[in-house]
Amino acid sequence: MRDFVYYHPASLDEARQLAMQQGAMLLAGGQTLLRDMKLGRHSPTSLIDVTGIVPKQIEFLDGAVWIGAGATHAEVAHSPVLQQHLPVLAALVDHIGDPAVRNRGTLGGALAANERDGDYPAACLALGATVHTTGRKVAAAEFFVGEGRTVLEPGEIITAATFPISTRAAYVKFLNPAARYAMVGVFAACTADGTPHIAVTGARTQGAFRWQEAEMALSAGFVAERLRGIRLLLENLVEDLFADAPYRAHLAEVFARKAVALASGPAPGVMVLSHGSRAGTLFELT
Amino acid sequence: MPAVSMTVNGRPVSGEVEGRTMLVDFLREQLGLTGTHVGCDTTQCGACLVHVNGLAMKSCTMLALQCEGAVVTTIEGLAPPGTPLHPMQAAFREHHALQCGYCTSGMVMMALDIVRRCREPDEATIREQLKGNICRCTGYHNIVKAIAAGAAAMAAQHR
Repeated sequence: MRDFVYYHPASLDEARQLAMQQGAMLLAGGQTLLRDMKLGRHSPTSLIDVTGIVPKQIEFLDGAVWIGAGATHAEVAHSPVLQQHLPVLAALVDHIGDPAVRNRGTLGGALAANERDGDYPAACLALGATVHTTGRKVAAAEFFVGEGRTVLEPGEIITAATFPISTRAAYVKFLNPAARYAMVGVFAACTADGTPHIAVTGARTQGAFRWQEAEMALSAGFVAERLRGIRLLLENLVEDLFADAPYRAHLAEVFARKAVALASGPAPGVMVLSHGSRAGTLFELT
Repeated sequence: MPAVSMTVNGRPVSGEVEGRTMLVDFLREQLGLTGTHVGCDTTQCGACLVHVNGLAMKSCTMLALQCEGAVVTTIEGLAPPGTPLHPMQAAFREHHALQCGYCTSGMVMMALDIVRRCREPDEATIREQLKGNICRCTGYHNIVKAIAAGAAAMAAQHR
């Protein structure tokens, strides 16, 4: 890894100034960025650490959950506010990475990294989240613009995200057998006004996306059976040694049905499947 | 080079590091605490796991400079030389929870983080919680047994 200058500014204003310099990148928990720097994917000349200067509290405000960008995954997963108002998100976050990664990785970092198989981007898209930055508020649907990319401008820092409450919401993911990230994950939510949202992660090369064909199929009713036969086009699907494009398309169809059924059932939540699992491990929410 | 100060195993330490110096390299190369290992170097295997401000973290994926003022505990900090092993270390020895030993310090540090959060976890919980710690010898069975026994021994100490 090439060396760089490390800054830990005392205020967001100072961080913004530093981050506008040529070659600067923002650093939060570093669980994606530092790894990617080791792999040569980024070679910043300076890193601006925003730990401690972006908010990290979690609150219920105006019918939505407000999460400070500095909240770690462990803090989000165990937040009483989330347990009460949006337990599906707490459960999803409790399955990001592993316990040590969750002690360090943050909401803001995960949104800015927008990994191809990220869990948070799928949750943001399906729940209709809004990303708050130092300059503006951006709907999740406009925020993510391809693998590893967002609309963030140089010097723009994520401060929080707000998640409207969906009472019918569930997430189903299938773990990569080696690294355990989502090989395919589908988040299904029915918004307060009855609009179906289906977001898929890990399947397309450009990262998480809203699956419009599936949403159209559900517009007449949020019922799993309406999704039978709705398939992703094979172009732009991820192919690797673990799954080819037709297999990923198959997983997405099956998981979309599972997620809608789970969201509509008595115990909406998160289902994590892996090779060898039978019914899957269902993490029920109370 | 920038300077960094932190408390490691109860001792105030400081040193000069590069921006890119990871915590694990500071621990191993500057402080000589070689019980913490580097396995994958990409946040997957957990051989580098230490506690920072009481929480399990992967020291291959944090900058030393990010630990300014932090309280760090490594495997060497669990039982100083000449004192009995920590109950979790004793359980690993009792249950032969290691083969080559490369992952062991990370496993023990993760085990303590599991106990911190789950008190006396059952086998399924231990296996789920070990997701980020890889044993290349695949000696998980005895590791899981050791963690359950270590957790029970720690709970008994507190009764």
